[in-house]
Amino acid sequence: MKSGSNRIEAVVTDVVTVNDLVKRFHFQRVDGGLLPTFSGGAHTVVEMRDGDRTRLNPYSLMSSPLDTHDYTISVRRDDVGRGGSLFMHNQVKPGHRMIISNPVNLFSLDLRARKHLMIAGGIGITPFLAQTSQLAGRGGNFELHYSVRNEALASYADVLKQRHGKRVNIYRDDHEERLDLPTLLAGQPLGTHLYVCGPSGMIDWVRKTAADAGWPVENVHYEHFAAPQPGKPFEVTLAVSGIGIHVGENESLLEAIETAGLNPPYLCRGGVCGQCETNVISHDGKFLHNDHWLSDEDKAAGCKIMPCVSRFEGKSLVLER
Amino acid sequence: MTIKSRPVYGTLTPQAGTSHLLIADAEGAAAILDLAKKAPAGFFASAEIMYFPGSEDRHHVDALKALAPQKFYEGPSFAAALPRLRQILEEAHMGLRLYVAGTEVLISQVELAANAVGVDHRAIQAEHRGSLARRVQCVHCKGITENVTTQPYTCSHCGLLLLVRDHYSRRIGAFQGVCINAEDPTEIPEKEEIFR
Ligand code: FES
Repeated sequence: MKSGSNRIEAVVTDVVTVNDLVKRFHFQRVDGGLLPTFSGGAHTVVEMRDGDRTRLNPYSLMSSPLDTHDYTISVRRDDVGRGGSLFMHNQVKPGHRMIISNPVNLFSLDLRARKHLMIAGGIGITPFLAQTSQLAGRGGNFELHYSVRNEALASYADVLKQRHGKRVNIYRDDHEERLDLPTLLAGQPLGTHLYVCGPSGMIDWVRKTAADAGWPVENVHYEHFAAPQPGKPFEVTLAVSGIGIHVGENESLLEAIETAGLNPPYLCRGGVCGQCETNVISHDGKFLHNDHWLSDEDKAAGCKIMPCVSRFEGKSLVLER
Repeated sequence: MTIKSRPVYGTLTPQAGTSHLLIADAEGAAAILDLAKKAPAGFFASAEIMYFPGSEDRHHVDALKALAPQKFYEGPSFAAALPRLRQILEEAHMGLRLYVAGTEVLISQVELAANAVGVDHRAIQAEHRGSLARRVQCVHCKGITENVTTQPYTCSHCGLLLLVRDHYSRRIGAFQGVCINAEDPTEIPEKEEIFR
């Protein structure tokens, strides 16, 4: 995935403070050309060179797919995360050159749907900004329900309201406004597709409520924002390459493998696409599986790990890499 | 041999849902009766059955009615019931589950009607029962012939002698028929009844 053609040399053209937690970044090609086309729901992987370490984080593209002269992403500051968002917030200024990846869409609209029903929580709103622009441009039928902590942190609620009027519904936690999901789901025409992006508790709740209401899994789409979590450092042996690596507190196993000079496959870097799946040859300790890819049986068996988000605690871990 | 484009059917299984639409022709009724054995209490109180008995005798009709569905519709043919089905699908809400059992012809046509309102064919429970008769589209004149049981068959539209291929198009809901004797129309292979 690190092939040359997948990497775009970009320059940050603007950094906008959206609110206390969120900043928006605009990217253009260094050579001034158009960026690759994408569809709503796609993400790009941003390479952050921070001294001698490199982090790669996926961010949903939020600009309109109808306009590819720039890409925009929004980054929510995570003070207890691995530092990627803090790097973006504190270090990245207009003029900063960065490598971003070609867009990949693991959360695309099913355009055969009669209606698109979107449920967002917090920063999970970003893919819907692109999707609603895409749909509005072709007269698509959609409705967005967006839960926020409070008015001040309701990123883009105003823009969305302005663009799409009554199709956008905002729920403010601090005003005790709650989405009545069972009623909402019961009233949708047959052929509606449901999309949810937000905290994992919200995704689980929406998926379960939909399943109970008789929504087929084919009609329910979700994107987990599973950013890699920091954790205790651990040692790993890569059997195929015959090297031992150290995974630091604030880096992911995938990043540590890359730092060692390998180019393992990846797509989402968020535990959902399955690309980075790696076989475990032996282990003595416990896995911290943070992905949404492996089955519960696989997780229990300890035979596989998703290095983009998962970690390990224990004596030894040998991987087939 | 498995053919990739050939649809794979399962066994009707009750799904979580607020209402249920079950469609069957001929021996497909038996699949609904089997599903009834597994269905939770109250399942048929929110179910509609559409049944096309064809030449089947009446005992299936009585058995289906005995399930006490909320609505029971019996019709001479799927074609005659299509406007009704379309209306049901147009007005339905999510939570309605679809089940179809019987001939491939029926299954493909129900899938087409459902696709038209944005329902994915994978979200439809389909079980094959009864005749293997195929719905075939002539690749030459595009005419569709229903209930093809022989190989080759004569296109009911343009009269060409066609070989029924195992290629199934979900978009059209039909198998493909290609001329078998294009080189020499006087060569007439014997018809064999193979899709029964
Ligand atoms: S890169 Fe997608 S699951 Fe790891």
